[in-house]
This record gives sequence, structure tokens and C-alpha cells, in this order.
Amino acid sequence: MKLSVQGLNSHYGPAHILFDVALEVGEGEVVALLGRNGAGKSTTFRSIVGLVAQRSGRIVFGGRDVSDRPTHEIVRSGLGYVPEERRIFTDLSVEENLEVGRQPQRPNAPYWTCEKLFTLFPNLGEMRHRAGGRMSGGEQQMLTIARTLMGNPSLVLLDEPSEGLSPKIVEQMVAAIQTMKREGVSMIVSEQNLHFARLISDRAYIIERGRICFGGTMAELDARPDIRDAHLSL
Amino acid sequence: MAFYVAQFLTGLASAASLFLVASGLSIIFGVTRIVNFAHGAFYMLGAYVAFTLTEYFSGAFGFWGGIVAAALAVATLGVLVEIVLLRRIYHAPELFQLLATFGLTLMVEDLVVLIWGPSDLLGRRAPGFKGAVDFFGQSLPSYDLFLIVLGPAVLGILWLLFQRTRWGVLVRAATQDRDMVAALGVNQKWLFTSVFAVGVFLAALGGALQIPRDAVNHAMDLRIIVDVFVVVVIGGLGSIFGAFVAAVLVSELNAFGILIFPKISIILVFLVMAVVLIVRPWGLFGKREAPARRTPGLTVNPWRPLTSAERLAVCIALLAAAALPVIGGNYAVTVGSEIAIFVIFAISLHFLMAVGGLASFGHAAYFGLGAYGVAFLAKMAGLPMIACLLLGPLLGCLGAAVFGFFAVQLSGVYFAMLTLAFAQIVWSVAFQWVEVTGGDNGILGVWPERWASSPSHFYWLSLGIAALAAAGLRILVFSPFGFALRAMRDSPLRSEAVGINGKRVQWTAFVISGTVAGVAGALFAYLKGSVFPDNLGIPLSVDALVMVLLGGVETVSGGIVGAIVYKALNIWLVSQTDLSKLVLGGFIVLIVVAFPKGIVGTLEMIRHRHGGGSSEASSETRLMGSRIETAE
Repeated sequence: MKLSVQGLNSHYGPAHILFDVALEVGEGEVVALLGRNGAGKSTTFRSIVGLVAQRSGRIVFGGRDVSDRPTHEIVRSGLGYVPEERRIFTDLSVEENLEVGRQPQRPNAPYWTCEKLFTLFPNLGEMRHRAGGRMSGGEQQMLTIARTLMGNPSLVLLDEPSEGLSPKIVEQMVAAIQTMKREGVSMIVSEQNLHFARLISDRAYIIERGRICFGGTMAELDARPDIRDAHLSL
Repeated sequence: MAFYVAQFLTGLASAASLFLVASGLSIIFGVTRIVNFAHGAFYMLGAYVAFTLTEYFSGAFGFWGGIVAAALAVATLGVLVEIVLLRRIYHAPELFQLLATFGLTLMVEDLVVLIWGPSDLLGRRAPGFKGAVDFFGQSLPSYDLFLIVLGPAVLGILWLLFQRTRWGVLVRAATQDRDMVAALGVNQKWLFTSVFAVGVFLAALGGALQIPRDAVNHAMDLRIIVDVFVVVVIGGLGSIFGAFVAAVLVSELNAFGILIFPKISIILVFLVMAVVLIVRPWGLFGKREAPARRTPGLTVNPWRPLTSAERLAVCIALLAAAALPVIGGNYAVTVGSEIAIFVIFAISLHFLMAVGGLASFGHAAYFGLGAYGVAFLAKMAGLPMIACLLLGPLLGCLGAAVFGFFAVQLSGVYFAMLTLAFAQIVWSVAFQWVEVTGGDNGILGVWPERWASSPSHFYWLSLGIAALAAAGLRILVFSPFGFALRAMRDSPLRSEAVGINGKRVQWTAFVISGTVAGVAGALFAYLKGSVFPDNLGIPLSVDALVMVLLGGVETVSGGIVGAIVYKALNIWLVSQTDLSKLVLGGFIVLIVVAFPKGIVGTLEMIRHRHGGGSSEASSETRLMGSRIETAE
């Protein structure tokens, strides 16, 4: 098991956001985390990488309990995080953004270089020196994924990669995620878009109001239209 | 012509050190969001340590090696400070960090005197740069030429460091979004420490390089820190190039201001700063920033009016205070008057900071204007005391109306800096307009009339006015105006959207606060019988800030408690020890680390934890703790 999360509870101030969230990702697997706006997808990711201060539960990554480790340590152990808001460093060029993400090569994960990433996202290669703030939303989304890959993660938490992108860019994103999978990167991809999720994932979880209410293969999900209709807006 | 060119070059030479210190401050602020008040202290330590090292080691190598070694030694000290102190308070509201570094500054000032003595020290001349260069009949010290070259050289090195190294890229990234940098696997702790080390190194180097030009003394820190604040604000916080341009601009304004307007040379720089901030609030080369963390009014327990039991307790406390002349001697009563006056001063600032969310760094301006108002009316117009006390604070009101109008256009750190600049302008006028204000000699002989002249009568007068002011401001807090002001503090956009004229409300609050400070100043003039420019000085403004933060910004009564504790402690320390600044500074640092919510805030928390016992109370305390985290 690449990543195993058990009994994850998170709070923002007085608000209890996540209730006993449990999920697992196998080696090389792509898992979708589906749910509506505000269901708790981003909070789940933020809690796993330690960006939510008030959390409890057990998070085992690569056989190591990282529940109480600081963010940078979790990330350095090979767990990459791509935030929904992208958070590109707008003053830095594309290459400099990638440099911030750079980490040493890891034995159990694919090794990425700038050049390799520029073949994965050809648009970025054409604007190496452009400031992050002067890129389109789609280009920024590619950059934020590329930036995380520079850390040579073995697992990536990808928060709503298709959000706000044009259909053409979404196609490129699907291709990129499939390439990443082929290279051996495990992923959890949070999505509202079931169609997009189906193109890339092996299994899916559905989260609703901070609780996981379904877990299974895509085929199992398709066999339960009631669940799909109750928890996802299509 | 040659004279002007020579003057220009002298200005450039002065810019070098200023740039070094300012760029250090700017870098530190950019990444850690700490406005490092202790930066002046590190500058001063750099000079002192370099003095000792260059005296000890002889020869050219000894001199230059000594300069660099001094900067390195002070940078090491800076690292220690960062690890031991600052790391604990990165999550605290930003004003607390300012307070902590101010406490450090106080400690360093006393330590320096303890180690190196109180008198000025004249350092060695720089080997190889001892002479002067003849420049069309004007002689220029060759060391100045060295500094002129050094400034741009350091700028170039810093540029390379930030553009061409991984460390530089990480620092620039962290300047924009430090949490994202951590989410990419970078250890923020060590990034912050290294940034702090570089910043302090630059400050100490700036100080060390001054020893061939200027005497080393224990007042260097405050003098440079004001200039440096001005430079980073004009240049734009976080911009190194901006710091360079602004350092040159400020130094040239100083160099030529002396020639053209000898009377207002000090003001000139601050006028330029005020103009820059009004036209470009984020500085010449700074970036427009998202509003700073909303720290001052981070109230989670909504304020409520006093219950009748608490009202009774307040009345009893007031009565007990009024009984002081019965038990205490004249000295105690006079101290009591001073404390009462500072309570008025502190609650005026507390009102602006806690309720309005506006942290003024130049609040002494309105205190001092009130004092001067009284002095003018009493000495020149010969008005009776009651009339003076009523009309004198109007000068503070007027000053607050004029400056406040500009200041409320800004927010956060820039608001603080602009109020600081205005206060410095007022101080300069009082200091330099000798015909009217008496300059440094002040205005003497402002004594109360017979009915108020005995210490106990004056004490009761001060106490009564303090009680009135506190009650008045409290009523305001719970008035519709107070609600509007708090709404503006918590969410400017939403307040404007529900139809609150935000700037007008803040301006009004500023004027009210300035007027109340003026009342305190007016009483102070009568207490001391004299008025001096010090009454408007930056140290007094900082005193007010300390009182408010010590009491607790998030509370309603923090100003009162903070003023009583701080002033009493201050007066007692000065009478007990020669090292009052060291003790006071240590006390401030301790308070910030141990009780980041101030005295009243901490007491409230304890009360909630033990007194209530109900689950609601404990959830509230937890809520208070967590809000600070989410405010990051």
C-alpha cells in the first residue's frame, strides 16, 4: 500500500470538517476523490500533507507513519501536493518555479528534469523565462503540476486539475496524467467531473460533508447510479 | 559647481551604509513578515564589535578582516536570536514581533553601554583610504569614494545572489507564498534563519563600515532605524533595488536639504516619504500587497458591555485608586498622576488599534501637540487652566484631522510607517522652530493654578479625566459608530458593501483617538510644568504601543492595565537600577513569548479555562487558539 489514511478528522477553528476519513492508494494506482464543492476534498489533501493544523488520525505513507510530521518533511519523503488554487509564484519565471520544487532523485520514484517536463507539457517549454503571473490559467495548471513533479514524488495529490480549463486543455491534462501514471507515479485526483475522473482513474471514493460514503472501482460506481446521482452533480 | 558635485558625492557615500541596513531589513521583512525593529541594534553592534576588533588587530588585514569578522559575529548573534526568540513568535500577530524586537533593542542599548561605556568611541581610519582626494578644489575623503563604489557593488552581489542561486529563488518564492514553498518540501525554519542571518549581516556590515566616518555611540540604533524605515517605505518593502534608490534619494535629500533649507532639513525627507506613500502606498518599487494579516482586532469572544457586577468592581477599583493620596506620600501621588495620564494616552491608542485595527506608530505626535497646545495658550495667551485644558487638546485634534486624512488611505505596515513619518515631522517642527517652541529648550513654567496645584488635587483631576475618557471610549465601542468601525476592521469590503463609508469612519476614529491623546498631553504639560520636543518623540510613541500590546490588543480594557503595569514598572525600574532598559527589554521579550495575548488576554483565557468549566467555555478557548493559526 502506497498511502493509507485512517480515522482522519480535521477542524478549522470550531468547525469539524472531516469525519473519520479513510482511504488507500496502491502502488502505481490512480484514485479519484469525487465530491461536490465544499464536500471536503481539498481539506482531505491539505490534512494529509500537514497543512491543516488541527487534525488527528493515522497517515501512513510508504510504510512510514507521517501523521505528526511537518509539511516539508512529508513532501520530502515523496508525497507531492498540487493545490487547487495553483499558487504559482507569479514573480518567478517558469524555470524558477520549477527550481523551487526541485528535490534530489529518489530510488522508488520516477526522476523528472526540466527537459523531461517540457516534453510532458510542451507549452511550458516555449515560455521558460516568462513570469508565472503572465501565463494563462491552463498554463499555470500545467506549471503547478510540473513544479510538484520536480520533487520526484512517488505519490501526487492532485486537487481539481480540470477546474476552469477549456476542453482542449483538459484533453492535454488527461494525456499528461496518463503519462505520469505510466511513469509510475501514484495519484489521488480530486474531481467534480465524473467524466474526467473516469478517463484517468482505477478506483474512486466519494466524499460528502466530510465523510467518505463510497469506495470502489469505476465499474462498481457505474453499477450504482443511485449513489452517483445522490452525491455528485452531473 | 564643484561644491555641489562634492556634496552630491558625500550624499552617495552616506547612502552606502543606509542601503546595506535597509536592504537587510527589506529582505527579512519580505520572507518572514517581521518588521525587525532590532535592525538598528544589530547595526550598532556591528559598529561596536568592529571598533574592538580593528583596535585589537593591527594592519590593513586586521582592519578589513575586523570589519568582516564583526559583521559575521553579529550575524551569528542574529541567528541565535532568530532560533531562540523569533521562531517562537512567527505565528503571533505581526505587531508582537515588532514589540519583541523593540524589547531586544532596549536590551542591546544597555548592554552596549555596559560593555563599551557611555562615551563616544572614535574608530581607526581605513588603511589605504586615509587621505582625501582633491576634486576641483574640493577635498573629498577617499574613504567616501570607496563607499560610493561599495553601494552598487553590494547591490550587484545581492542581485546575483537572488537571481542566480537556488537560495535566492527560494527566498523570492517564500516572499510571495511561504506556505507553498513548504508544501514543495523546503524547510521554512532554516530558510527563515538563513534569511535573517543575511539581513543581520548586512546591517552589521553597514554599522562596521561607519567607524572610519563617525563616532560609535549608543544612540546610533534609533537614529538609523528611523532613516531605514523611511528608506524601505519609500523604496517599497521587500524590494532591494527600491532600497538602493531610496537610500540614495534620502541621503541626497539630507545632503542638499542642509544647504537649501537648513531649517527644515529633517522634515524634507519625511515630506518626500509622505508624498510617496500617498501617491504610491506600496513604495516606489514595491508591489501592491494583499491586506496584511488582520491581526490587531483578532477578537473571537465578541466584546460585550460590562455586567452590573463588573460595573460595581470598576467603581470599587476607581474608588480605591482615588484613595491613593490618603495612604501614599507626595511622590506616590505624583507617580499616580503620571500613570493616570498614561492610561488616557494608552486607551486612546488602544481604541484606534483594537477597535479600529489601525496601529499608529506616531501616536505621541497628538499627545505632544496637546501638550504644546496647553503651553501656547497658557504662556502666550495667558488663558486660565480650565480653558487651556479644554482648548489645548484641540491642537492634537487638528493634527490628527490633517494627518489622519492621509494615513487612513493606507493600512497595515504602511499605515504604521506613515503615522511614524508624520510624528517625526511634528517633532522636527517642534525641535527646529526655536522662535515659537523654544526648540530643544522647550517651554517652561506651565504650572497648574492653585486649585489643582497640590499633588493630590492634580491626581484626582487626572484620575477623573482618565475615568471619563475610558467611559467615553467604551460607550463609543458599543455605539453604532463603534460597530461600523469594527466592521471596517474585520472586513473592509463587506462593510463598504453594506453602505459604511469606511475611510470616513476610520478618519473619525483617528481624530477621536488623537484628541484623547491630546488631553493626556495637556495634563502631562501641567504635571511636568514644561513641554519638550521629547513629548512628541518616537520613543514615546513606542511606549504607547508597548502599553497597549502588553495589556492585550484583543481586549477592551487592555490599554488601561497595560499602561498601569508598564508605567509603574518603568518608573520603579528607573529608580532601582541603572540598567532599566535591559530589564524592561527582557521583560517585554518575556511577555511576548510567554503571554502573547497580553496581560488581560491571558487572564481572560485563564478565567475561561478554570472559571467557566462548561464545555462551551473550553470550546471558546480552543477557538481563540485556532483562529490565530488560520489567520496565517
